[in-house]
Order: sequence, then structure tokens, then C-alpha cells
Amino acid sequence: MSFESELARIEAIVSELERGELELDRSLELFSEGVERLRLAAAALSGIEARIKVLTERSDGSFILSELDR
Amino acid sequence: MTRVGSRDAWPEPSLGLHGGGDVSPGSSPGRPVRVGTVTQAAKDILEGSFPPLWVRGEVLDFKAHRNGHWYFCLRDGSAQIRCVVWSRDQLRIPAAPDEGMQVTALGQLTVYAARGDMQLTISDLSAEGDGLRRKAFEQIRARLELDGLLAPGRKRRLARLPARVAVVTSPTGAAFRDIVAVIRRRCPAVEIVLVPAAVQGDSAPAELAAAINRVSRWGQAQTVIVGRGGGAREDLWAFNDERVARALAGCRVPTISAVGHEVDVTLCDLVADLRAATPSAAAAAAVPVLTDEMESLEAKAGLMRRALERRLRLGTERLQRAARVLRQSASHDSERRRASLASWSGRLSALSPLATLSRGYAVARDAEGRALIEVSRFAAGDPFSLLLRDGEVDAIASSVRRHPSS
Repeated sequence: MSFESELARIEAIVSELERGELELDRSLELFSEGVERLRLAAAALSGIEARIKVLTERSDGSFILSELDR
Repeated sequence: MTRVGSRDAWPEPSLGLHGGGDVSPGSSPGRPVRVGTVTQAAKDILEGSFPPLWVRGEVLDFKAHRNGHWYFCLRDGSAQIRCVVWSRDQLRIPAAPDEGMQVTALGQLTVYAARGDMQLTISDLSAEGDGLRRKAFEQIRARLELDGLLAPGRKRRLARLPARVAVVTSPTGAAFRDIVAVIRRRCPAVEIVLVPAAVQGDSAPAELAAAINRVSRWGQAQTVIVGRGGGAREDLWAFNDERVARALAGCRVPTISAVGHEVDVTLCDLVADLRAATPSAAAAAAVPVLTDEMESLEAKAGLMRRALERRLRLGTERLQRAARVLRQSASHDSERRRASLASWSGRLSALSPLATLSRGYAVARDAEGRALIEVSRFAAGDPFSLLLRDGEVDAIASSVRRHPSS
């Protein structure tokens, strides 16, 4: 799932919880789903160092992704 | 005959006309030469005497012939010269000149034997004020527009946090260095994928178009930046090439153009989903600032916690109200209602600490589900259960100690 869709889901969860009309079980369920999605979204942000690759192509049309020599 | 340049540079034209004194061909009515020999000799002399020259004049009688070649005259005051541009040489020329346009043409002077005309065979052509390029720009722009490729509705939103950003540019240019620096500073979690292509010179349009198509077919990047650092106007021409613009318009990955030139808008700028003024600006548009995103996630976590706590408080209050009503009517109530009351208060006790349970606290309850909140409710050996966040634990009180202070 993309970062955006994680965020969109988290926002939907927040607003559903904020309406406060849910069954308790459902609230707790949504809350724990939200916590998990927040964890995933934060993980997507936590790379260490920007990696750089070079995309080239073989004559048969297949792709090669290699490290950039710098 | 007017000769230009250094005499030593040209070979003596081999005419076959002045070979043998009195008996040379054409020297007497009895020894005429053929027309073809004369035109060939004139052609050899002209081609041998004139290197390719840049000639300036006004375009007159322009015709694009069915055979693909262009024919026109260059005029200057009262003088004019016939010109031809072979179709294969037109590739280098942005657009056909208009009637009356002031142009500068690179041409080889020669003789067109079939007519006996002197003619300039033109291999490159430019108009005053970059007129041909402006004309080509407008022509291509009109074609792109006709195909709907410039419609504002085509612009796609960029990914907020792309896992990979592809960069189509020169591997040695400042543009790539700038993009890498900005992405590293803002959001190092993003992978940068260089797709190398020449950004100026004759091979640039084909290389740029091929690189963009490669990104599109590969499909593993969420955003692609196509660009170069600032340069002279003619250095940016590849980004006005129709092949490049169409490749960009057809790219399945959302696109950012970053042609570092404040004044000129390129065709790539027009078809890209986003136009950035510089490669650095493109990189900034492509990735978010990591710390901002983290803060926004924190804020959402806070909202979620508070909303859940409110919901729990609300549930508790409702149960308390229900219990009060039940208690009031309990005196003249059946045994069944009394049992119901007990079960309601059990649920109430179980509910209120839910928020706390998720933080690692436990609630001790008796077999009826009533919360055991004081040690006085326990005797050594009593069975009870512990309610935790995700389930229950059956336990037995091994001993009971009351805190002296409470």
C-alpha cells in the first residue's frame, strides 16, 4: 500500500473515531488498525541514506538497476 | 572569377577543356563541346572554388515539393540565387521558412545541370530572431494541443512520498547533483534512479525520449523528473522536440519538468504534470520534508487517541446512567431485573478502565465480572481473573496485604 493510501486510511479512521457514533468494539478495532498503519507509514519515512541507482536496458528490453559508481 | 579563401586550399578544377592548345575542345566552331560538358565543368569549378558559405537573404517563392525537397530563392536587393534543401537535410532545420523571412543559410554553391542554373544546396538554415524555432515550437504546440496533450485536466497529482524518483538527465550535469542533494536533505528514505540521457546536441532528443519511455515501461518509479540545468536558449532545444514532448505526455509515471531557464517555457514544461523552474525545485516538489511528515503522523496518532478516549468516556457515562435507572427501579423489581443490573454493573466496571488497559494496566475481577478494586475484596486462596488488553488470565490470590497508608 502506498504512503498516501496509508495516510488516507489513517485520516478516515481519525474522523470516524471523532464522530463518536461507533460501537465500542468497533472503536477499539479501528484504533488498533490506525496504530498499525501509523507504524507502517513511519517505517516508510525512516530510510537511512538516499540510495542512488542507474536504470539501463538490455537489448531484449529487460531492465538493469545497478548501483551508481560515484 | 571571384575566389574566396586561400588559393592553396582548392584543387585545380579538372575540366578537360584546356588540354591541348589550338585543338582544345570548344576553341573553334569545328570542335564544339557538349552542353553537359559545360555545365559539368561549371559545376566542378563552383564546387571546387567555394567552400560551404553562410549566406543571408530574404526567402522568395518558397515551395515544399511533393518529392520532399524545398525550393526557394534567396534575395538581397536586386540579386537572387536559387536554393534547394534536400529532404534529408531538413531534419536539422526546425521548420520550413516562411515567405519573406530573413534567413541565414549554410549552402554549397553548385550548378543544377538540368536547368543550367546556379544553385545553393542548403544544409542548415536559421531565421532572424530564432524565427524557425519559434515557428516549429508553435507548430508542435498546436499538434500537441489538437491531441489533447496540453489539457489541464490531464495533469496528475504527484505521489506525496514516492519510494523511487527517476531522474532523466545527464549523469555528469549539475542538475543531477542538485537533485540528489535536495532529496538527501529533505527525505533520505527515497531512492533516486538515474536514467542517463544527453540533454543537448544532436542525439539529445532521441536519448531523452528513449529514457522517458524506459521509465514508463519499467514502472517502478512513482515520480520522474526530466530536466537539465540552465543553459543558453539553443541548449534547451531538445526539450522542445516533439518526440521528447510526446514521450513525456505518454509517460505512465507522473512527471516533473525541470529545464533550468526562467524565461522560456519548453514544450516539456507544457506537457509535464508539474513544471519546476530548476532541478532543485523539482526535487523539492518530488519529496516531502521527512520531519514534517513525522510530525503530521504524530499529530494523527494524538487525534486518534483522544477520539478513542472520548468514546470510552461516553460509553462509561451511558452505562452509569443505565445503571442508575436500574438501581432506582430495583426495589420493586423481579429477580430477573436484579440479575440484569448485576450484569450491567459488571460490564460497566469492565469498561471504564479500557483506556488504561491498553497502556499495560490490568483489572482484577471476580467470577461475576465485578471489578475487585480493594484488597478487602480478596481473601487468600480466592480465585479471580485479570482483564488485560487482549484477554483474561485466571488467577488465585496467594496472600493479601493492605498498604498501611491506604
